Amino acid sequence: MSAAAFEARVREALRAGRRWYPAEFLFWLAAFAAFLLLPGQLLLLNEVAILALFALSLDLVLGYAGIVSLGHAAFLGMGAYAAGLLARHVTADPLAGLACGMAAAGLLGLATSPLVLRGSDLTRLMVTLGVALILYELANSFASVTGGADGLQGIMMAPVLGLFDFDLFGRTAYLYSLSVLFLLFLVARRVVGSPFGLSLRAIRDNPLRASASGVPNGRRLAAVYALAAAYAGAAGALLAQTTQFVSLDVLDFHRSADLMLVLIIGGAGYLYGGLVGAIAFKLLQDGIASLTPQYWMFWIGLFLVLFVLGGREVIHGAVRAVVGRVARFGRGAAR
Amino acid sequence: MTHRRMVLTGILGVALAASADGAALAQEAVKIGLVLPMTGPFASTGRQIDAAVKLFLAREGAVHGGRKLEVILKDDAGNADATRRLAQELVVNDKVSVLAGFGLTPLAMATAQIATQAKVPEVVMAAATASITEASPYIVRTSFTLPQASEPMADWAWANGIKKVFTVVTDYGPGIDAETSFAGKFKAAGGSVESVRVPLRNPDFAPFLQRVSEAKPDALFVFVPSGVGAQFMKQFVERGLDKAGIKLIGPGDVVDDDILEGIGEVALGAITTHHYSAAHDSPANKAFVADFQKANPGMRPNFMAVGGYDGMRLVAEALKATKGDASGEKLIAAMKGASWESPRGPVRIDPETRDIIQNVYVRKTQKVGSELHNVEFATIPNVKDPVKARK
Repeated sequence: MSAAAFEARVREALRAGRRWYPAEFLFWLAAFAAFLLLPGQLLLLNEVAILALFALSLDLVLGYAGIVSLGHAAFLGMGAYAAGLLARHVTADPLAGLACGMAAAGLLGLATSPLVLRGSDLTRLMVTLGVALILYELANSFASVTGGADGLQGIMMAPVLGLFDFDLFGRTAYLYSLSVLFLLFLVARRVVGSPFGLSLRAIRDNPLRASASGVPNGRRLAAVYALAAAYAGAAGALLAQTTQFVSLDVLDFHRSADLMLVLIIGGAGYLYGGLVGAIAFKLLQDGIASLTPQYWMFWIGLFLVLFVLGGREVIHGAVRAVVGRVARFGRGAAR
Repeated sequence: MTHRRMVLTGILGVALAASADGAALAQEAVKIGLVLPMTGPFASTGRQIDAAVKLFLAREGAVHGGRKLEVILKDDAGNADATRRLAQELVVNDKVSVLAGFGLTPLAMATAQIATQAKVPEVVMAAATASITEASPYIVRTSFTLPQASEPMADWAWANGIKKVFTVVTDYGPGIDAETSFAGKFKAAGGSVESVRVPLRNPDFAPFLQRVSEAKPDALFVFVPSGVGAQFMKQFVERGLDKAGIKLIGPGDVVDDDILEGIGEVALGAITTHHYSAAHDSPANKAFVADFQKANPGMRPNFMAVGGYDGMRLVAEALKATKGDASGEKLIAAMKGASWESPRGPVRIDPETRDIIQNVYVRKTQKVGSELHNVEFATIPNVKDPVKARK
């Protein structure tokens, strides 16, 4: 086979991997339609969208590059505080805050990547956890800047694009968060479908072989780590802007742990995993918590144990079977 | 691969739509959105207030000013983002007329904007940083403020021959309030004060107490949030500070009635200033404590419970004054200046600051029969929040 023909085949394969499935259109259509269909739930949906973006970020490093992290909240918090402080002291423009949050978290990701990329999974768990703990204590100690345990008060956001004011019903908040999620999702989709994304998967599956085939492992991992950090920073900025408040909680360990659960529910290694996990996790949490405000954590815990023990395969398998049938039916009709 | 995601979303969408329908029922009742930490490290606050709110409805009836009170309880787990969202949902979806609860200062602060924007009164039943009521013109408080409880302590300590005090407080709004108000007053009287602050989450008091034992003060002034006192007292004894002759003083949070039995005899002799003790000697309080313990066996009402009980009382009184009009402006106007006989003694809402004016009592922890109690032995009547009073 000639080089040109080979290249053409590779391009074709890459393009095929990036093709949009009809269900994906439906997914995003449903997400935007929810704005009209569920006007009473926009605040919850806004949190779902933010959690989904956060989960997308972890999926990029965990699912695609195989870097385990227990300290992803560090980037969420970095983004939240950066956006919150910018809004308080410099400009109240949401998009500027978003950019600032992403940049700050991305830089933090780049700066900490040499630490994280050293060593094996266990080391990484500890290092990421440590970075998050350090940031938590810093935010706690520099109370004159961050407000400490009382939280960063008095953030007032200007309207998005100068047009849409943040309202009590969460209309602007949801559309804003969802739009940011969608745009960043498009970017992530393009990235994981690119040769860069493929090389990440190669590193994940066999780092030795990847580097033998000429993939610069360290630089690739650092790049995706910084990218994911910026994504988490965006989620943090959205959180700070839509709630107009930042508390130490954004850096807390439970944020990172919850995020892991979200990915376990949704499944890591494909972009929709984080999104579906976020939807399921938040709805489950909200539903059970309003039924029993005292004991909801017990039920969540029980559910997670059962789910991880075997429920996941059952649910995913059943859904896959149904979807497979629908898909075959769809193909038949198209012919 | 991606088809199954769509199906899942569809199912969840239907579930969401179904749950949204329930909101439009019961137009007549006046709804109170009660947001409390029912889980997590500050769950004891939530439990106490929830029990007190239920007790109020059981004792006083649910109908006030011709309107039925309906309480919707939500758990924020002590997490400010959740408090804010729950409060917002309660206002937008459940159309509550009053927001109430708020176990910690950050939680009350995070909700202030919602109260202002939606013109819904926010009744703070627990959080005790002085500045909270300044965050929104719709905030009213039925608990207390830390300066209100701490400054009388400084007077008492100085008058009783204490010259050198070491303060240990939790490092957040109320703790800083307690420290600065106590230290300010005590230094002005001529005493000397050294201070350390302990983090709010997962506190380990040992290193701080080590410093205290090295400094050898006459007294240790301590503030920790409700529920954390047991842990503090345990380490206080482990370090041998009780035997070193260091007097334990402070606002009453550390010898909280809810956990006093659990702390045990090490608390004996602690001198605290606070607005409520379950041992308060009045017929109203005796009946309150008896009913509370009948409804919640094994639980003793603490200052959180009385804050929750009076919060409900305030809403009921305001509704009576407006003759059932539950609009935010009317309610908040009726709440200003309201006064009643609480289990803790006479209380009044300051019309200017919307903060509570109440007696502060000096108490000593001692045995009453077989039980430990904070027994009041002096009263400072009608104390206003000193921070706002100075402005």
